[in-house]
Formats: sequence, structure tokens, C-alpha cells
Amino acid sequence: MTQQAPVKYYQVGSFAVGNRLLPSELRTVQSDPARANSLTSGHRACQGCGEALAARYVLDAAMRATDGRLVAVNATGCLEVFTTPYPETSWRLPWLHSLFGNAPAVAAGVAAALETAGRGDVRVVAQAGDGGTVDIGMGCLSGMFERGDDVLFVCYDNQAYMNTGVQRSGATPPAARTATTEAIGPSPGNPFGQGKDVPAIAMAHRIPYVATATVADLHDLERKVERAMAWHGARYLHVLAPCPLGWGSEPADTVRVARLAHESGLFPVYEAVQGEVTDVLPVRRKVRVEEYLRLQRRFRHLFDETGAVREPETVAALQRMADQAVRRVGSGRTTHRTTYEESR
Amino acid sequence: MLQQVEGSQAVAEAVAACRPRVVCAYPITPQTHIVEALGRMVRSGALAPCRFLNVESEFAAMSVAIGASATGARVYTATASQGLLFMAEAVYNAGGLGLPVVMTLADRAVGAPINIWNDHSDAMAVRDAGWVQLFASSNQEAVDQHVLAFRLAEELSVPVMVCMDGFVLTHATEAVSVPDPSDVDAFLPPFRPRQVLDPADPMSIGAMVGPEAFTEVRYLAHLRMLAALDRVPALAAELGERVGRPVPALVAPYRLQGADVALVAMGSVLGTIADAVDALRDAGHRVGALGVTTFRPFPAAAVRDALGAVPSVVVVDRAFSPGFGGVLATDVAMALAGADVPVASVVAGLGGRPVTEASLRRLAERALDGSLEALSFLDLDRPAVEAALAADGSARPTGPTAESVLRHRGARSRRPPGSPGTPAGPTSTEVAS
Repeated sequence: MTQQAPVKYYQVGSFAVGNRLLPSELRTVQSDPARANSLTSGHRACQGCGEALAARYVLDAAMRATDGRLVAVNATGCLEVFTTPYPETSWRLPWLHSLFGNAPAVAAGVAAALETAGRGDVRVVAQAGDGGTVDIGMGCLSGMFERGDDVLFVCYDNQAYMNTGVQRSGATPPAARTATTEAIGPSPGNPFGQGKDVPAIAMAHRIPYVATATVADLHDLERKVERAMAWHGARYLHVLAPCPLGWGSEPADTVRVARLAHESGLFPVYEAVQGEVTDVLPVRRKVRVEEYLRLQRRFRHLFDETGAVREPETVAALQRMADQAVRRVGSGRTTHRTTYEESR
Repeated sequence: MLQQVEGSQAVAEAVAACRPRVVCAYPITPQTHIVEALGRMVRSGALAPCRFLNVESEFAAMSVAIGASATGARVYTATASQGLLFMAEAVYNAGGLGLPVVMTLADRAVGAPINIWNDHSDAMAVRDAGWVQLFASSNQEAVDQHVLAFRLAEELSVPVMVCMDGFVLTHATEAVSVPDPSDVDAFLPPFRPRQVLDPADPMSIGAMVGPEAFTEVRYLAHLRMLAALDRVPALAAELGERVGRPVPALVAPYRLQGADVALVAMGSVLGTIADAVDALRDAGHRVGALGVTTFRPFPAAAVRDALGAVPSVVVVDRAFSPGFGGVLATDVAMALAGADVPVASVVAGLGGRPVTEASLRRLAERALDGSLEALSFLDLDRPAVEAALAADGSARPTGPTAESVLRHRGARSRRPPGSPGTPAGPTSTEVAS
């Protein structure tokens, strides 16, 4: 596995680490010309699709971690639709799509079949959007967790049903406009409430490994996939994947918006082993939620034409949510690395 | 070797002889004894290498089966009633993907009102899911049909559902011969999947298909199903020769020679029907019966051939389409289209109500004297229905319909339905419309 050497070079402004500034052994899997290209080019995702970006990194990292012995199971959703318009496919690994709500159970079946065939060396990744995970897939997901099926389940969270035209899901944040929570009436957008914190629900199952990540830190994302594949049993990775279409953000801003979600505190990035948070990705530059919200048309009703806050109470409530989320997972690094090394 | 054994246990042993690699199940009455027995066998190591997955729903059970089958494992599950409907989306998916899953359906009524007893409403609800549906009339048939099911499923790449009547068969202890494992091994070669998830040869399974090809994909599935009409008789003959007893194929005619009336049905009621036919023949009435063993694909030609010159056909359905009539009756009528033979639809034995020999004899007699209506409900308690309708008309009943009917039936008689003394004669099989 890659060493956690101190990284000294950052891009100005973003603090992101460019691959070319790193020694080759620390570069991303994606920068390797010999990568698996599990999700190859030519698919029909929108420009700036966070899900396509995340899936590419996740699967190639998993392919490297398993030496190419990997099967992917996919829930219905954008990722399934834009990659497999019959008779074409963008997948260069064995890939199975069954239904919207059953990817965790299908993956459990794949893992069981591999085990009984003496092919336990072949590993299984299941992937779904937030709808397929936090809503319609929740029953099967919880079953997969508690049984401890040998599956890494990855949720690409773009916080609404984008494939069907941007309707609210259990992962849609408060105040966000969707096609079923329009920005009209006395309390525009999605009602306040916590929605479903699925990483916390996953942790409550005491599965070996739970992590969150964003497409803003792809080194971190790849590292987490690699770590997840080092364990057997049910593992869960929740990746924030901005959707330019549904969020009303510029396609070129996908990474930026994801970074601001983390830096504002609204989307904490952390890892948990056996149900305990062991590592939190530090926020290098704390920003107020307005910086994140302003870039997205789904929150436009909170601001006036000049960009000034029009709904101060709503914005303040979102800020409180962000601060609370940061407090809930804690901050800074812990001794997790030792735990991890020992586990191998 | 014949042994006195519960139907569920016998089916579990037959499934075990087929060496499944993955068994998944969610408990629902009356299917539980089958998977309990398989769970014990997996635990004991007798089925190794086989995994038994306790899943959180029937939807997950069929989904695990889909994943395991697509990865090349021989896979088995069982369900009933509400469970089948809860997994319906995945049932269609397994059919559409052409995955050779074998499932036992311990046929049971579908609520509301909730009812755990036997009829065929569950099987009819997934009639169009792209599964072969075989109906067992006895536990021996059920056992043999499971062995046939795996071979058929894997040969044609279609899932197969073996439908056996809940309680009446699953919980009945009778003499059954479970095929010898060596006979099963000789009949059932190892599963060689047509499509499989393999890193050495990656393929995408479950792609989206638009209007440009969907019809053709579905038509090809239809052809695969039709192929079963040829393969079921061939496989039944082959298996029958190996196990030394007849294995049911498409249809099972019973004393149809020169019959004036044929009773057509599926499942365990065929035993009672055979008794009724014998009694009627003894009394000089020319009545015969036809069991439909393979319901999907529907053996229209075999039904037509078997019914041949019978001038009057009565289809006894253990399920119906509210607002229309019997489901099997519709298929039989279509098979006989152009033959100018009246097909009467009789809905019987819903929610576990016994279908008695006496009622069947009265039914056949009415068909013989031409007084049987196009659609009727066997042993319908018309006074109870009328009382419920009357109560509904005058004042709102205090509870839902089910409770209301129970109250009216309870007020009149505590006798179980179908027992001697329940209303017979002209009202018993009257048309409800």
C-alpha cells in the first residue's frame, strides 16, 4: 500500500495535490497509463458528471487492489443508463445490473457464488446512487451489512433522483430545490430535517469499514477504496458526487463544489473502523456555507440577484447543520493508520 | 426407495440431490419446512460446497438468486403468496435475464384478507414473468418435477417455478420416492451457464434496451419458453425411465375416452377430481378429467389434442381475475378457439376451502344436464353474500367486508365450509354475476 508520506506541494487556492508534483509511487491509480479503465470513455454521462468521475476512480482503484479480479453490480440509475445503452457498454470488467433496489442483495449472491465456486479471490463491488442506497435499496443494504456479505458497497451521492429528472430523495439537503420540492411557497425547497445519514447507519451495523469521500480529493478516494478492499465482509463507501444538471452548478465546477461541501462542514469526510470514527480528513480552509450554496441553482432562492443572502434564517440553519456535522465526527487525525497496518 | 415423508422434506431432499451451490430464503408459510430442511443439510456439511443465506425479504431472496445465478451457481429458493408478490419485480428480472433459478412456490392465497391457506392466486400473479410454471398434483410429482426443473432451466436458460399446493402437499406425509443421488447426477449435468460474470472474460449483463430491439428481445424469450413445450416431455420421459415411474410432462388426461364432460384443473385437486370421475363413471356418467401440469408455457396443442371431441369442458380454477373469471379457463378457451365447445369457468377452493368430491360430482352433473353457467363459484354461501350485501345497502357495516361476511356466516352456521350440510343444490354453484 502507499505510504502516507507528508505531501508538500499544493495547487494554489485549491490545496489539491497535482499528480505531477508527486513521486510516481504516490500518484493516483488513474494517472497510471496501465490502469484498468474499468469505466472507459464514450459513455453518455453529462459534462462534469461527478458520478462518472467517482466511479472511474473507485473501480480502477479496486481493480488495482484486487489485481483485476473484480465483479461490479450496479443498481438502476444514471450510472447504469449512461454506461450501457444496448448493445454498447463502457464496462471493461464483469458487470451486472438487475434492479433499482436490490444491488446489495445481488452482490451478496455474486459473492456467495464466487465463494462456493472456490473463487473467493474474486471480489465484489456494488454501486448505486443515493436513491438506490438511502431510499429504495435501504432494506437490502441493511441486510447485506448485518449478514456481513463480502461486498464493498459504494454510494455515489448526488442528493436527488437525477436520472428521473431531479426529484427529492432521502439524501436531499434541506432548502434544496428539486422537481418535487420546488422553491415556491412560504418555505421553499426541501423541508428541514436530517434526511438519512447512511454512513452513520452503516456504522451502527458495526461493519469493518465505513468511509465518506468526495470527488474533490481523489487521492483520498482511491486510498479509501484500497483500504476497503483490504478487509473482507460488508464495507461501505459514501462518495459525494455533484450533479451539474440537478444542482445547477457549472460542469467545470464539479470538483470545486465538492470541495466546498467538505470545507463548509456540510459533508464531513471520515473513516470508521468497526463502527468507530478513526480518521477525519482535516478541513484546510474553513468556509461559510454561503460559498458552497451560491454556486448552485438549487439554492438560488436563498440569495438575491446581487448574490446577497435573502433568507438569512435558512442559511444560518444550514450553517448550524454544517457545524453540528463537524462536531459529530470530530476533527483531525487519529491513530487509525496504526490500526489499519495491524489489521493487515 | 419409497419412504413415508412430509412433502416439504421430500422436496428438500430432491433439491439437495441436485447439488445447489446457493440456497437463499425468507420465511413464509407454508414454504418454511423446505428451506429449514435445506438449511440443516447445509449446516451439517452434507451439501458442501453450498451457502445458505438468510435474507431480509423475499425481494432480497430472489435478488441473491439473480446474483448467484449470473455468477454461475446453481441456485434455489422457495416462497409463497405475499412473498412471491413482494419479490415480483425480481421474479420478472430473473425471467428477463434468462437466469436458470429454480424456485418452489408453496401455493397460497394472496390477501387481503390475509389467508395462509392454499389456492393458486400467487402463481397466477406472476404468470407472465417469463418463468416456466409446473404444477404438481402429488408430492411424488413435486419431487420429480424439481429434478426436471434444474435440467430444463439450465438447458434453456429460463427460470422454473415448481408450484405445489401449500399445506395440502407441503405438509402432507405420504409415501414418496426421492430420486437416488446417482440417478440425479446421471440426469443433471453440472451447470454450464450461457452467460457468466468472470474477470477472465468480462461481460455486461442487464444493459438497457430501447424500442429498437425490445420487441425482438422479448420475442426471443417467447421462443425459449416455447422450446420448453418440446423439452418438458423429452426430459420427463428420460427422467421417468431413470427413476422407473412416469414423470408428468405437459398434461395428464384421466378417463377422457368418450367423455361428455371434461373437468380441467391443476394441482392437488386433481386427486379429488379423479375420485369424482371414478364415482361418476361408476354411476354411468361419461366424465373425464385433464390435469394441466405445465401451465407456462401453456401447452395449447396438448390441451386441444387431449380434449379432442369432448363436447363440454369445465375448468376448475383455484384462482380468478376479479371482474372476469378463471385464469386457466381463459387459456383453455383460447386453446379450444374455433372448436365450438362450451368452456365453463368454475372458481373453487379459494383460500383453502376444501373442494370436495361431492361438490365436484354435483358440478359435473350440472354440466351434463346443461344447467351450468358460464361462470360460477363452487360452494358459494349465497345467503351469507346476500346478507352482507343487504347490510351494506341499509347501513354501513361496522367492519370491512371480510369481517362482515364472517359475521353473517357465523350467525347462520358454525359448520366448516364444504362439510356435509353446507348449502347444496341449485344455489351452490350459482353464477355470482
